[in-house]
Amino acid sequence: MSEQPKFKVTIDNISIEVPAGTTILNAARMIGGEVTPPAMCYYSKLKDSGGKCRTCLVEVSKGSEKDPRPMPKLMASCRTTVMDGMEVKNITSEKVVDARKGIVEFLLLNHPLDCPVCDQAGECDLQNLSYEHGAEATRYEFKRRTFEKEDIGPYISLHMTRCIMCFRCVFTADQLTDKREHGILERGDHAQISTMLNKSLDHDFIGNVIDVCPVGALTDKTFRFKNRVWFTKPVDAHRDCPTCSGKVRLWMRGEEVFRVTARKDQWGEVEEFICNECRFHKKETKDWVIEGPSVIARSSVIAQGHYVGNVGMKSSPALIDKVIGKQPKYTLDIHKVSDVNRPEIHLSEIEGPAHSDDFNKK
Amino acid sequence: MQKLTNRAVQIDRSPMTLSERSYLSSIAKGLGITLGHIFKKKATTSYPEEKRPFSPVFRGLHILNRDENGAERCTACGLCALACPAEAITMEAAERKPGEEKLYREEKYAAKYEINMLRCIFCGYCEEACPKDAIYLTETVMPSNYTRESFIYKKDDLLIPNPKKQDSK
Repeated sequence: MSEQPKFKVTIDNISIEVPAGTTILNAARMIGGEVTPPAMCYYSKLKDSGGKCRTCLVEVSKGSEKDPRPMPKLMASCRTTVMDGMEVKNITSEKVVDARKGIVEFLLLNHPLDCPVCDQAGECDLQNLSYEHGAEATRYEFKRRTFEKEDIGPYISLHMTRCIMCFRCVFTADQLTDKREHGILERGDHAQISTMLNKSLDHDFIGNVIDVCPVGALTDKTFRFKNRVWFTKPVDAHRDCPTCSGKVRLWMRGEEVFRVTARKDQWGEVEEFICNECRFHKKETKDWVIEGPSVIARSSVIAQGHYVGNVGMKSSPALIDKVIGKQPKYTLDIHKVSDVNRPEIHLSEIEGPAHSDDFNKK
Repeated sequence: MQKLTNRAVQIDRSPMTLSERSYLSSIAKGLGITLGHIFKKKATTSYPEEKRPFSPVFRGLHILNRDENGAERCTACGLCALACPAEAITMEAAERKPGEEKLYREEKYAAKYEINMLRCIFCGYCEEACPKDAIYLTETVMPSNYTRESFIYKKDDLLIPNPKKQDSK
């Protein structure tokens, strides 16, 4: 086979040579940084994904070297392949910035904005997107669509009202498992993710739909309402798993493992899919070999309280020892008074969300 | 040498006269200032009988609010704890069960909510961060106490009384 031709593409005045057949979005990701359009539905690990959310729209100001006419409309960069000599404008184009603002408003039309309740808050792609590109208010005056809550099994909770119809979970189930049980029912405004006749999702790898979901429509039931994402500390860990790679990210608080997810790369995409056994059943520190704290972008809310160089409680009492010649006497042991974080209640060991009786039992 | 400012005053270093050395005029001047204070407005108030008026933006003791139906507004979103610079607020969330709709406004609520008043600096960031209008800083001054344990305010201490329950009584 002959060598693949290289195409030169210019995105926001930055030129890069990419192999033919690369999409504009992937070319922009090769450059990295601000020129990369955001993507809500495109997922590089899932075949056929993309082209639905329209957040990655870019302006093609020069089609190619042979045909330098600009493309008449904004193009979805995840679906448009590069041509030789193509010139693309992303953040340098006013049209794109304006269109993206409109897209965010469209995505938020039916989104319930229940972020204070939602477990995805803090690591939600839609939250980040609207914070960065959206307008502060909606002009929508009608009732938002609502759905009846559907139970899709003991491990995954589905909040259809939050869904933005990106189809990522459908592709995940299609491409990772041999039997897909959920899909899109109805169409248009009534379209919804559902299983046919209340089936539960049970496949060894179905838990990955939680990770690919850009919003809080599919969340981990074993982590439901246990803690906020930014109060747990992400730690990279691995284990010898017979079904998957076993490379995961643990979300810990103290010694407790609250949640297990796959590791995500800088585009918010899963590095390696993990199995349900790792995700839902291995919630003890002794199950895992901990590699170290995960790298979290400084701008993320998850990075709050991560004090650099302060990992593992360095022995500060020794210093006080030298000064006053004795161990400091604590006048108040907070755990004697406090009801929160009681040592006998292990939230991470409760199946599903905690209820009033979990706290009230003595 | 060049002067830095032109506010320097030349001091009179000539020896004191007899009237100045007797200090009588200076003593009279000092007593005059002291006497003058008798007729001035008092700087102190006799708390607790008398209370100073607070500015409308005064930040005192916290309360947890209820909605118009008497349900707790707090959904344990953790934003107050995140905003708190003193890390005084801790909480634990739980899911509302069927039958508890009148108690809690949202499907998630704070099963435990605590403010460590020893840590709190009354900055009011929690009030600003709250998306549900649940936490407010009142005009009540934080009461003092003899034990440290009494400064850990739990949800029962913070929550305002249910207006619906009072009506039925």
